[in-house]
Amino acid sequence: MNPFAYQRAEAPSDAIKALSVSGSKFLGGGTNLVDLMRYGVETPTTLVDINHVGLNLVQASAQGAKIGALVRNSDLANHPAIVANYPLLSHALLSGASPQLRNRATTGGNLMQRTRCYYFMDTAFPACNKRKPGSGCAAVKGFNRIHAILGQGDEGPSSPHTCIATNPSDMNVALYALNASVDVEGPNGKRTIAVREFHRLPQGKPEQDTNLQPDELIVGVSLPASKFSRNSWYLKARDRQSYAFALVSVAAGLEMDGNTIRSAGLALGGVAHKPWYSPEAEHELLGKPATEATFQRAANAALAGAKAYEHNTFKVELAKQCVVRALNLASKGVQA
Amino acid sequence: MMQTDSKPQQPPQTTHRYDGVAKVTGKAKYAAEFTEPFAKSELLYAFIVQSTIPAGTVKTMDTKRAEHATGVVAVLTPFNAPKLSVGPPQPPARRSLTVLQDTNVSYNGQPIGVVIAKSLPEARYAAKLIETTYDEQPAKLDFMGRLGEARSPKSSGREPAKQLKTEADSAFSGAAVTVENTYVTPIQVHNPMEPHATTAWWDGEKLNVYDTTQYITGTKMSLARALNIAQDNIRVQCPFVGGGFGCKGSTWSHVVLAAMSAKIVGKPVKLVLERDQMFGPVGYRPTTVNKIRLAADLQGKLSLIQQDVTMNASVLEDFAERSDSPARKLYASKTIATSINMVDVNYSVGTFMRAPGEASGTAVLEIAMDELAEKLKMDPVQLRLVNYAERDPTEDKPWSSKHLRECYTQAAERFGWSKRNAMPGQTTEGNKLIGYGMATATYPANRSAAQAVARYLPNGRVFIGSGTQDLGTGMYTVMAQTVAANLGIDPMQVDVKLGDSLLPRAPVSGGSQSTASVGPAVDAACTQLKLKVAALAITDPKSVLHGAADNDVDVNNGKVFLKSDSSKSEPVVALLARNGAKPVEAQGSAEPGEERTATSQQSFGAVFAEVAVDKSTHMVQVRRVAATYDIGTLVNNQTGMNQLHGGITWGVSFALHEEAVVDQTYGRMVNESLAEYHVPVNADIGTMDVTVLNIPDTKFSPLGARGIGEIGITGAMAAIANAIYNATGKRVRHYPITPDKIMLA
Repeated sequence: MNPFAYQRAEAPSDAIKALSVSGSKFLGGGTNLVDLMRYGVETPTTLVDINHVGLNLVQASAQGAKIGALVRNSDLANHPAIVANYPLLSHALLSGASPQLRNRATTGGNLMQRTRCYYFMDTAFPACNKRKPGSGCAAVKGFNRIHAILGQGDEGPSSPHTCIATNPSDMNVALYALNASVDVEGPNGKRTIAVREFHRLPQGKPEQDTNLQPDELIVGVSLPASKFSRNSWYLKARDRQSYAFALVSVAAGLEMDGNTIRSAGLALGGVAHKPWYSPEAEHELLGKPATEATFQRAANAALAGAKAYEHNTFKVELAKQCVVRALNLASKGVQA
Repeated sequence: MMQTDSKPQQPPQTTHRYDGVAKVTGKAKYAAEFTEPFAKSELLYAFIVQSTIPAGTVKTMDTKRAEHATGVVAVLTPFNAPKLSVGPPQPPARRSLTVLQDTNVSYNGQPIGVVIAKSLPEARYAAKLIETTYDEQPAKLDFMGRLGEARSPKSSGREPAKQLKTEADSAFSGAAVTVENTYVTPIQVHNPMEPHATTAWWDGEKLNVYDTTQYITGTKMSLARALNIAQDNIRVQCPFVGGGFGCKGSTWSHVVLAAMSAKIVGKPVKLVLERDQMFGPVGYRPTTVNKIRLAADLQGKLSLIQQDVTMNASVLEDFAERSDSPARKLYASKTIATSINMVDVNYSVGTFMRAPGEASGTAVLEIAMDELAEKLKMDPVQLRLVNYAERDPTEDKPWSSKHLRECYTQAAERFGWSKRNAMPGQTTEGNKLIGYGMATATYPANRSAAQAVARYLPNGRVFIGSGTQDLGTGMYTVMAQTVAANLGIDPMQVDVKLGDSLLPRAPVSGGSQSTASVGPAVDAACTQLKLKVAALAITDPKSVLHGAADNDVDVNNGKVFLKSDSSKSEPVVALLARNGAKPVEAQGSAEPGEERTATSQQSFGAVFAEVAVDKSTHMVQVRRVAATYDIGTLVNNQTGMNQLHGGITWGVSFALHEEAVVDQTYGRMVNESLAEYHVPVNADIGTMDVTVLNIPDTKFSPLGARGIGEIGITGAMAAIANAIYNATGKRVRHYPITPDKIMLA
């Protein structure tokens, strides 16, 4: 871990000011950043502790919900209004990490969670465009079982544009299906970014995970009025029953009218540089009967254009099966 | 053949866990936690610098920035480290050490330097500041692509099976039913919760270390050899070990580097490996590729068991895991032909890992047996009974004691095996496929020479000491319990000391032998102690037992008494008080005798598992395991059952989770953290119904206990693999059985 200065911010405006110092990073729960500092992957010169700036409330109404950036994952998952109106979000959160980590991890931090790509997390690997821009990508020809099958940047292992990393978050997948937005604040004021536009595909700049500007602070997440409180499911396929990142996950929300799908929210985790939201898949669902055939068409649409690697060919079929299953379960109700 | 063992008898049990309170209150001190006897402010922290290439030589190491970093006291590299006479790898745990004696790099992650600083963060940071250049050489990394290069192990082992090849071929070609498949087990890394740690300090020429180890005597011998000092000048202490599983059975480079660092800076130095540093420099279970051929007649009688194992070796050193062992012990067969071959790769050195040989061996062989049973349309238990080995099938000796039939019967009954649907893929519950599977467990009974010292203290308590180790397995408790049983006292009255090389010598805590080895030595020391106390009474004119015949005086429950007239007795404390209030001390030793060669000693068991496999996610839940073991006497119900439960948990881990993946370009293990290297979490473990027959094996040792540290793993993974097949109809022969493999099978 490199030597760094520590600064405690007492208000969001303090935090934003403090971030103007080059090399500064916000410290929230620290469950990802501190690990990466220990590995030497992140080397901030100043940590701006934002744990005391407030932003820790959940406000819910019939119109939607506002979640402060510092709300802990555990608190959010167990908040009565979230459990009642956004069970998809609650279940996605509870399927991630461990109770100890969820007690620390924050909403804003989860949005900023970095990839679990082995080649990113270990500085002894010389090639990683995300960690060391321009150094290439060791994963393309390496062990790529956990890597992307959709939307990846792949111009070969030595290209500075190549990155096949995945976003590891569960929460983010649910936020995509729920069409959330991210409220941010910077020196020039506030703005709102649709969550589906918040994270980036590698698109030539693998080192940049999100469209958040370097001088901006996430202040919260807004959820539109809940349409999927009766019919939703978060399905996570993973290597063990708990405390494992998704091989593939699916957040499925349905608004049902009898057996007809009135509207849908569908996103996949573990398959791309950002949670994968597929308008085409959603289109296959709208106005259709909730049948296995409909779900299969949606699954095929979501995975159209998938490109797999040596160790992750399984993900294409696994993702389709999980989409069908999640939609099927969602059409029948919500998770207990 | 009928067994003629003595009748089952329950040894006196105790609910007393000797070290329980110390452990749950944090008072139990581990190797990295000592800040005495030196001044705490004197303690320095060492951090290992590792290579980032798999093959070549270190050309330069620019240490200037590191040396000038805050808190740094010294930086050691191959270019400035003191020259040692490390010599060739030493038994019993042969390990090639890499202690900065040359610039060769044989694997990615090899120690190439040490930074010593005033704090751990300072040492860790300075290590990142060292700029190393290499002359890289082509590395051999693709083990699976190099199977054709396999060669015999360098160390002499069993006779090569080549001479049996013709016999095996003819048995196979002439058989009514055959199975021929290849089964793979991956590299697995021990990952005890407590990482490797050594605290070393010098007192003149005398070296002291707190080291977390399964073998304090081994640490002492290796340090003496590497540093060229007398063993008498070294003291190794290790009161507690937070799990070992084999990786702490050998002395690795960091132990010598800690001692070397302490010498150079003239201060106590603590060296703790980071979790990621546990992936490589301190061993792993090698990957094995097993070609298995079984041949049987229509009644299921085996005529051939053939297992040809190819495993990875390090270019540094061979470590041959005998994963062909179960094939040589489990079933009667006219021909049993096995071989081990090695492929050199630029990986670090493999080592013993819990149930070395038997874990991987049963994992693969017992799938093959399930496949044979299916081809024969025979119940898998029945197939095993048809081929029951009444004698050791390869050494043609009787067993010291074997009751595997009872294990099959008891475990099958408790599990409800009769409800199994032999047709795979037929049983469903909602979106889940349900399956049952079973396998045989086995592990050899090991025992070595051990010594102990016992003292009757003037306050009436009894001290017992032996230079053994407690890996969290319950050695403290078992020693207290053994003393209590021998002397007829409460185990709470016993003070136990172990894990100090000043104590009488005991063997490595490996091979499930500690109880079987140290137990008899403790017992012998207590018996000697009783004789000494009796002699003291007989010679003491003030004792009521003065002048009594030697063989008529005994000691029990704190009293010395006349056997022929128990009214003549006195408290031992009174006797000691009159005789200078000094302790009475006796030594005891025990070692296996000729019975070791007259019979084969092996433990057995039967494991049954139920799994549920999700049809969409293909995730496996091991719902239930029922297992019954024949392990001789169960010395302690609590610690023993703990070990068996832990073993089965490890079996789940082997079956479904564990695999260290080596990158084929850089030769580094990619998943070097406990977030990425998976072991089971609580949610992965279903219910366990574990029972033991508890039939003493008195031909093996006076205690009748054969050791239980490892057998719980064996068989469990194949029982799970076979249950997955029964659930899904998909046969996965490559561990771990992850959701993707099930989906694609």
